[in-house]
Amino acid sequence: MRMLINVPETVVADALRGMAAAHPELTVDVERRVVVRRDAPVAGKVALVSGGGSGHEPLHGGFVGPGMLAAACPGEVFTSPVPDQMVRAAAAVDSGAGVLFVVKNYTGDVLNFEMAAELAEDEGIQVAKVLVDDDVAVKDSLYTAGRRGTGATLFVEKIAGAAAEEGAPLERVEAIARRVNERSRSFGVALSACTTPAKGSPTFDLPAGELELGVGIHGEPGRERRPMMTSREIADFAVDAVLEDLRPSGPVIALVNGMGATPLLELYGFNAEVQRVLGERKVPVARTLVGNYVTSLDMAGCSVTLCAVDEELLRLWDAPVQTAALRWGR
Amino acid sequence: MGIDMTGTFGADFLVRWLAAVAEAVDREAEHLTELDSAIGDADHGANLTRGFAAVTETLAKEPPATPGAVLASAGRQLISTVGGASGPLYGTLLRRTGKTLGDGDRVTREQLAEALGSGVAAVAQLGGAQVGDKTMLDALVPAVQGLRESFAAARAAAEEGALATVPLRARKGRASYLGERSVGHQDPGATSSALLFAALDETALAEAGRTEGAS
Repeated sequence: MRMLINVPETVVADALRGMAAAHPELTVDVERRVVVRRDAPVAGKVALVSGGGSGHEPLHGGFVGPGMLAAACPGEVFTSPVPDQMVRAAAAVDSGAGVLFVVKNYTGDVLNFEMAAELAEDEGIQVAKVLVDDDVAVKDSLYTAGRRGTGATLFVEKIAGAAAEEGAPLERVEAIARRVNERSRSFGVALSACTTPAKGSPTFDLPAGELELGVGIHGEPGRERRPMMTSREIADFAVDAVLEDLRPSGPVIALVNGMGATPLLELYGFNAEVQRVLGERKVPVARTLVGNYVTSLDMAGCSVTLCAVDEELLRLWDAPVQTAALRWGR
Repeated sequence: MGIDMTGTFGADFLVRWLAAVAEAVDREAEHLTELDSAIGDADHGANLTRGFAAVTETLAKEPPATPGAVLASAGRQLISTVGGASGPLYGTLLRRTGKTLGDGDRVTREQLAEALGSGVAAVAQLGGAQVGDKTMLDALVPAVQGLRESFAAARAAAEEGALATVPLRARKGRASYLGERSVGHQDPGATSSALLFAALDETALAEAGRTEGAS
């Protein structure tokens, strides 16, 4: 497997150095692994802090900036960051109005953020947490670690970030974040496995001519494997899997997300099929975002995330945002 | 002053144990990663290698005076360097064990077993898991039982416990997403836990050798 790297040990630090060079509006602490919006702390405003393993770029560092995250903590590839990072980030961005941790539901992320919240509170920082668990491929039961956090993370960070930017207090920002998560569901599909730099070979075995339905963003297996399907068939399967669980009564925002190695040409074609299915199921689409946002290294494939919005959530979605990866308004 | 003569050991013994663990996880890193890529996310070997290397480095720089302080320091170091689930879990295991040992200069094997018991209980609470969930607890719980008897018994029980995870279906952690498909694979966390007790047994054997050589 050929990769555009120097050595596996420095991929995260190298990427952060490059990010710092490209984005003077961010403060990037390469050694301590914290990405902070340059004007933080912003007086009187709640600050959103997220983080997780690297390999899902632009999540989370690409979403740091006005209207979204105040700071992000990148871990090693596919490995949760450590509590020290989150505490440092919280201290850097807290204006006194409090900090909201946005945590994807993985055992490692949950444990490290939990420890970080305790440590930050010891330092006098008011911390609230919201857990993102939107992946319908996983049965949420006593027999699993619960649903994984995937595409809805973008919705939570954007919409709650807009609320924070407007000056909403911590309780309110937390409630909005929770509402977005509760109203969002995702389903992912892998056409190929991904390769971590440390391992150098595919992390799972997907025979040619097969796809994995319900894949996670670390290449975790999903519901089943099937012989390769067309874009049309995949859209039918993925959208129905999401709708069956979400059952929206009004409009949705749709995220048609690439896993990293699927070209935009294919993603837009897939989006046409997604919109077709949603039309057939009589689900109005208020907004659509197509692109590689919550990725899985070099995995080929896609995911569909739908968020059932009300007026307030849609207004907050439309509010201005200025980050490396998401940018509109003003 | 070996453990066979006095039945107790000091901070230096625990430092040697953790150095042996660092060596073992480094040696077995590829195997751990292989197991982890079957039912997890292929980072267990790299993460533990990084964590225990940091532990060894810190202990060499500032060697704590008591067995309890050695383990507490190692635990803190793991929590702040490893990340993932294994950082908080192994970190909590050692930190709680160290705290329970208190500040005595020397401890007995029985005291270590007792303290590790409380460390393992803390891991179970943090991870919300129990024996049979196909996690590190499947090796840790029997190992602590075995340690009440001997270092060798602890090692054997841990290795047996790790092997016994093969037919289990995972209920916690990333492997739980596989459901039935996790059956037939050995749990990487239980496997690395067994390495801890293999290293402990080896350190104790070497210690006995040192004593014989000295007497």
